[in-house]
Amino acid sequence: MTVQAWTFLFTGLTFGLYLYLAFRARVRDTQGFYVAGRGVPAILNGMATAADWMSAASFLSMAGLISFLGYAGGVYLMGWTGGFVLLALLLAPYLRKFGHFTVPDFVGDRYESSIARLVALLCALFISFTYVAGQMRGVGIVFARFLEVDVNVGVAIGMALVFVYATLGGMKGITWTQIAQYWVLILAYVIPVVAISWQLTGQPVPQIGMGSNVQETAVPLLAKLDQIQRDLGFTEYTAAFTGEWDKINVFCTALALMVGTAGLPHVIVRFYTVKNVRAARWSGFWALFFIAMLYLTAPATAAFARYYVFDSLQGKTAAELPDWYRTWEKTGLVVWLDDGDGKLCYSGPKQQDKNELFRTGALSTEQFATIRAQHQQWLDTKGSGGVDGRAVMTAKKLSGPDADILVLATPEMAQLAAWIIALVAAGGLAAALSTASGLLLVISSSIAHDLYYRMLRPQATEAQRLRLSRTTIGVAVVIAGVFGIYPPGFVSQVVAFAFGLAAASFFPVLVLGIFGKRTGAIPAVVGMLTGIGFTASYILGTVYFGWTKWCFGIGPQGIGVVGMLLNFVVALLLTPLCPAPSANAQAMVDRIREPEGAGPGVDIEAAPEH
Amino acid sequence: MPPLPSPAADSIAAANARYWRSNVRLTLILLALWAFVGLGCGVLFADWLNQFHLGGFPLGFWFAQQGSILGFLLLILVYSLGMGRLDRRHRREVERLQQQAGGGQ
Repeated sequence: MTVQAWTFLFTGLTFGLYLYLAFRARVRDTQGFYVAGRGVPAILNGMATAADWMSAASFLSMAGLISFLGYAGGVYLMGWTGGFVLLALLLAPYLRKFGHFTVPDFVGDRYESSIARLVALLCALFISFTYVAGQMRGVGIVFARFLEVDVNVGVAIGMALVFVYATLGGMKGITWTQIAQYWVLILAYVIPVVAISWQLTGQPVPQIGMGSNVQETAVPLLAKLDQIQRDLGFTEYTAAFTGEWDKINVFCTALALMVGTAGLPHVIVRFYTVKNVRAARWSGFWALFFIAMLYLTAPATAAFARYYVFDSLQGKTAAELPDWYRTWEKTGLVVWLDDGDGKLCYSGPKQQDKNELFRTGALSTEQFATIRAQHQQWLDTKGSGGVDGRAVMTAKKLSGPDADILVLATPEMAQLAAWIIALVAAGGLAAALSTASGLLLVISSSIAHDLYYRMLRPQATEAQRLRLSRTTIGVAVVIAGVFGIYPPGFVSQVVAFAFGLAAASFFPVLVLGIFGKRTGAIPAVVGMLTGIGFTASYILGTVYFGWTKWCFGIGPQGIGVVGMLLNFVVALLLTPLCPAPSANAQAMVDRIREPEGAGPGVDIEAAPEH
Repeated sequence: MPPLPSPAADSIAAANARYWRSNVRLTLILLALWAFVGLGCGVLFADWLNQFHLGGFPLGFWFAQQGSILGFLLLILVYSLGMGRLDRRHRREVERLQQQAGGGQ
């Protein structure tokens, strides 16, 4: 069977499974729709959280990024796992004890302020939309490569699928499909890497394999990579703090991602779905356990992929190039502009003039065809006519292959069986769909619950709210799909923005809400606005308006840390000067701090406002 | 639960305060370890640690890409177990105080 036949089989089977699970778990009330009836066992919630958290970016792009960054790629690994420690220790058990539906709900009730609720609501919407756009794009890319349909058709199929199972089953349906999606994505991720590790180092456990010797040599894989990279003008793979990734930026970016992770609404809301506080703590553990399965494997994928890229391309002539290169060249994610010797040379920044491997990035097909034609003319006339395409591409910062192809292409590089390659496609789709559905639910609950029910029409009936939730998901899916078809050209900056905002807004407000009983509405709102204002203006300024990185040389990715500190400092300084929260709010803090069973927990059914 | 006589309510409130203090202490200790493993070994000391090797891995690199994640997982495990123990101990203490109050009437 061909790769394409296998891909049709796997995606068909998994899609059928997701729809079946959603149909089995369809819901009729808001409790089921928003928090799955609060009956999800810790270990299953851990799996669902893992699938919710691991997006198309984790599955498709992260290993590729690590592959190019080497040591500095660790910021993503540490950042996106370390956040779960903060979440499990500082937020999840308390927010579960509080027991409402959403994050803006906690902020609004704890600080008794509609402004605080509104600011939290807008942040939740911004973060979720930013994220979901990337997921839809991921669906499109996988469809385009493996099923050879148009990217836009792929996005449309993904939209239809998410729409059906998210509106049908709400959080309950999403939980069960996410559990299935976790297993699809983790098997799809791990199986090829195990095969590659075995092939390359004779060691089936990839985490050990990446530290072992390359088959039939006495050189460890990482040492070999360091050597290759040194020779070709890259910085060493394992060397710390090179180029723009100096110590302060690695530190701040890792910390901003950690804190941002702990503040992401679609992850927090998953902890509302479990039975009790104890289960919330344990689902924090299980979530990281299941996430670590992928995150401990990703650095191995990255190192193996790096090795294969050099091994299969360096010094090859056009006739010798492997099949995977031919397949991916069609997508423009990797292209070769020869210098005239007929042999491919992929080299790094220190030998930039020798590099012949590029990607087309945001260039249109016509633009790149022009560059390629002029380059050919330049070659044919031996430099007297045409333009050296390599210089053009270097000036456009398009050196080297696109990071997004590595996970999808590595099984092909290692010449694994067709069914394994197809499995990876199904895994990529599972990762994108599971995250998209979780985010769409946050968007829907933010609008239908926080905005409509809690702020605009408190007298709305259960049926009205449920109908609005379903409609909102429909509208949100369409908007997300439009973003997927016409992706904003600045996705990576926008994602940095999402984490920076989550770090600078939600995290301090939530922590102070739980651990600082005296903090009232004014310090919280002013702190949040300071954090958001600083972070947003610094990111916009450095990315679009040419500011220098005046704040200790910290780049936009790590600036959320400073925003978070400002938020904490402002809120803590204002706290003694402003009125304390009402007795009601203080009693609420006492209640969420009490251990389970000591007093009546906040029961959502009995609470009058629900 | 009927309202308890005030001495018992006071000692239960004191037990709650003790519970909260132990909770905060455990959380702070684990957060310090979190910072040490992730931001310390993975970032701040990574260049220094890279001179040592763990099998084929430079140590700083290993912490950044493997060790920190294993450490984080262990920390949440210790927290869940530790808080479970704290919860059980607290529940026993409260039950004892309630019985004393009940027996004294």
